[in-house]
Amino acid sequence: MTTAERLAAGAGPAAAIARRLVIFVASGFVASVVVFAFMAVLPGDPAQVALGVNATPELVEQTRQQFGLDRPLVTQYLDWMGGLLTGDFGTSYVTKEPIGPQLVDRLGVTLWLVGAGMLVAVLIAVPLGIVAAVRHRKPSGVGVSAAAQVGVAVPAFLAAIILVQVFSVQLGWLPSGGWTPPAYDLGAWLRGLILPAVSLGLVQGAVLTRYVRSAVLDVQREDFLRTARAKGLRPYPALVRHGLRNAAVPVVTVLGVQLATLLVGAVVIERVFVLPGLGSMLLDSVAARDLLAVQSIVLVLVVGVLLVNFLVDVLYTVLDPRLRRS
Amino acid sequence: MSEPVHPQGHLGGVDSSGSSLDQGLHREPERDELLNVDGLSIANGDVTLVDDVSFHIAPGERVGLIGASGSGKSLTASAIMGLLPDGMSPSGSVTLRGRELLGAPERDLSRLRGKDLGMVFQEPMTALNPAMRIGRQVAETLTIHGTSRRRAAERARELLDRVGLPERTARAYPHELSGGQRQRVLLTIALANDPSLLICDEPTTALDVTVQAQVLDLIAEGVRDRGSALLFITHDLAVIASVCERVLVCRDGRLVEEGLVTDVLSAPAHDYTRRLLEAAL
Amino acid sequence: MRGNLVVGGSLVGLVVVTALVSFVWTPLDPQAVDASVRLLGPTSDHLLGTDKFGRDVFSQLMVGAQTTLYVGIVAVGVAAVVGVPLGVLAAMGPRWLGEFVMRTSDLVLAFPALLLAIMLAAVYGASTLTAMIAIGVATVPAFARVARAGTMQVLSREYTLAARAGGRSRSWIAWRHVLPNISGMVVVQSSVSFAMAVLAEAALSFLGFGTAPPTPSWGRMLQESQELLAVDVRLALVPGLAIAAVVLGFNLLGDGLRDRFDPRLEARR
Repeated sequence: MTTAERLAAGAGPAAAIARRLVIFVASGFVASVVVFAFMAVLPGDPAQVALGVNATPELVEQTRQQFGLDRPLVTQYLDWMGGLLTGDFGTSYVTKEPIGPQLVDRLGVTLWLVGAGMLVAVLIAVPLGIVAAVRHRKPSGVGVSAAAQVGVAVPAFLAAIILVQVFSVQLGWLPSGGWTPPAYDLGAWLRGLILPAVSLGLVQGAVLTRYVRSAVLDVQREDFLRTARAKGLRPYPALVRHGLRNAAVPVVTVLGVQLATLLVGAVVIERVFVLPGLGSMLLDSVAARDLLAVQSIVLVLVVGVLLVNFLVDVLYTVLDPRLRRS
Repeated sequence: MSEPVHPQGHLGGVDSSGSSLDQGLHREPERDELLNVDGLSIANGDVTLVDDVSFHIAPGERVGLIGASGSGKSLTASAIMGLLPDGMSPSGSVTLRGRELLGAPERDLSRLRGKDLGMVFQEPMTALNPAMRIGRQVAETLTIHGTSRRRAAERARELLDRVGLPERTARAYPHELSGGQRQRVLLTIALANDPSLLICDEPTTALDVTVQAQVLDLIAEGVRDRGSALLFITHDLAVIASVCERVLVCRDGRLVEEGLVTDVLSAPAHDYTRRLLEAAL
Repeated sequence: MRGNLVVGGSLVGLVVVTALVSFVWTPLDPQAVDASVRLLGPTSDHLLGTDKFGRDVFSQLMVGAQTTLYVGIVAVGVAAVVGVPLGVLAAMGPRWLGEFVMRTSDLVLAFPALLLAIMLAAVYGASTLTAMIAIGVATVPAFARVARAGTMQVLSREYTLAARAGGRSRSWIAWRHVLPNISGMVVVQSSVSFAMAVLAEAALSFLGFGTAPPTPSWGRMLQESQELLAVDVRLALVPGLAIAAVVLGFNLLGDGLRDRFDPRLEARR
């Protein structure tokens, strides 16, 4: 009997997750090589770039030696990676300060922003997407869909500018920018986080609403939802108990892509609201021509995206039992 | 039997007019009919898909509904369950023990579904929730209608055992079962609350021939043990012959012939039935 | 829905016409600085008023449409020209090649357009060119995926199988069957990618990594307006709404075309 064999086989999801882990680590490695190579083959050399065109050749040479830029590229790469893996991000060519501590500080701000933005997006998208799907033939459902379509087209920074105009400039309810660490003043922190998070989450929420709608529409057509109704479940309970978990599988994938988008979208929002996040650090480093910092921040962001993808794959395996065996 | 909602008298069962059949084959309804379908029409916009269909099923009676695909058989079943697809509107009357089902509030219908009315669908591969263990899907039918969670889980295992599924099936996910096994699970779900009427919509069409016979036996056994009536929809005359007592022949949304299986098969009155028979032989 | 096609097509058409007209005519010189008319509201001379340098906002908006379309066309063009052949190759070539292309495209997806553009700008300095290349490269995976999926579909069809059985070469099949049949999907993807490219360009210009002054660009108009929010929110709304309208137009156009080319698939984005 096939069931007996299949049930007896019982290989858990561990193998699938292990395979994903290998892909994640390998992708991270390749990404680090790409980022390093990109910065290494640039026309000038980092010391020259950092010091500017007026620097004397002696000073440039001295700086090159100081930061080990005169060594072979492979050695430089291994040194950089070795440092990263042990938490040492090296020393800025420009400020001569260690990059690591600042990067960790800044990352904290960005993660708060992205997390809050995602929360806003999900809080908007899940109820609205479900309503848009369940009532897709009625005016209210069509209205939600149209609103989402328009919302997708609004750039996050335009949403930010409008929100600032209304809630800071006109009403004066919330600050138009700046950051207070949560440990310092929780209320001020929260007030400062609201507008950036809503700016970031509003637009992503519109994108997500469309995906939730389409996933719920798909799941509503499923035979097993009809079975659930035939058991005596009423429409909404049937959708919640049987539909949502299955609709969640495609939505979670999109959520992962969106989290990655938010990580990068935060760069723009941090600039609008003058938040000391990783994005502003990246822009500042580019402006200061601090290439080692740029290189490390870019890698952190890229690995962040890859990590999100990996976690989504794992979640996917948990949500859909059919995938556990592939 | 203890129904949560009781019929208010047997008024709906009384009906002698409105026969769509001309040759007087239409059996006169009796006061104790279980299901009474009277002048049922189903339209999708301007298109009429089921046209003035009337029939009755007595308690414990096994009735076959036969016809080509697209003849409106499945829609008739969906209308009885109150689960017509979006945009389809039924008219006429469907009563279960005298209680009108068409236009009844969703709340009342959902109390009947899975309790008094069980249904098995055609496609077993997609009719089970892929993300929920079998045991829970069976137990859910019981808990919805008031059985305690613990008792329901126990009962689900007993019921699965009754259709010959091994004990570990309760812990399995649908994708771990074959089509025949899934159909047994769906039959278990439909019969879990000992319904007074079981509707099977082409339950064996999607299955291998060898598995078909097993599932048919389980359906016949299931309704016999419970004293349930059966409405069996198929395009396969042979299947009707082995399971049903009476047969309704459906063509282009209308009933064209009705009678005892033995009569209809040996002496078909309608031309269409004759052709169906010839095709089957 | 036909409505998508009509509304989307109209919005896109409006922008294209505006951009074309702006080559030969704008009400005023978009770059003419005039301190005597700084920060004017809408007047008969200045339909949408003037900015902090006294430049005519309406004329800037018209010329800005050129930048937007130019960046979009080049970026989507690069992405399609590189991505589509890669996708077809991934589907028709040996297994390892397909695997390699898809893994690489996964990796590229981890480098969003904004990040690529900032990296390029860090090394080569910000310009319209770096923005276009970055957006183009980041969009390649989208086209490769669409082309691969479409090709696999075509390859399973009977006419392709028949051609194979008839001894036709792979390249003949690719040219005669695959490309014509996936062209619809590619057009739809182009429209959707165009919308994303417009958003990315606007974000880059907003951050100062896109089109350099004095060439007008909607994203930069928004950036310049930011310090003047308290004075006049109009300067932010005008370019902002223009961006939103174009993006909405291309998204709707994409949805409409999708419904037309493949009625079985509903708009899913």
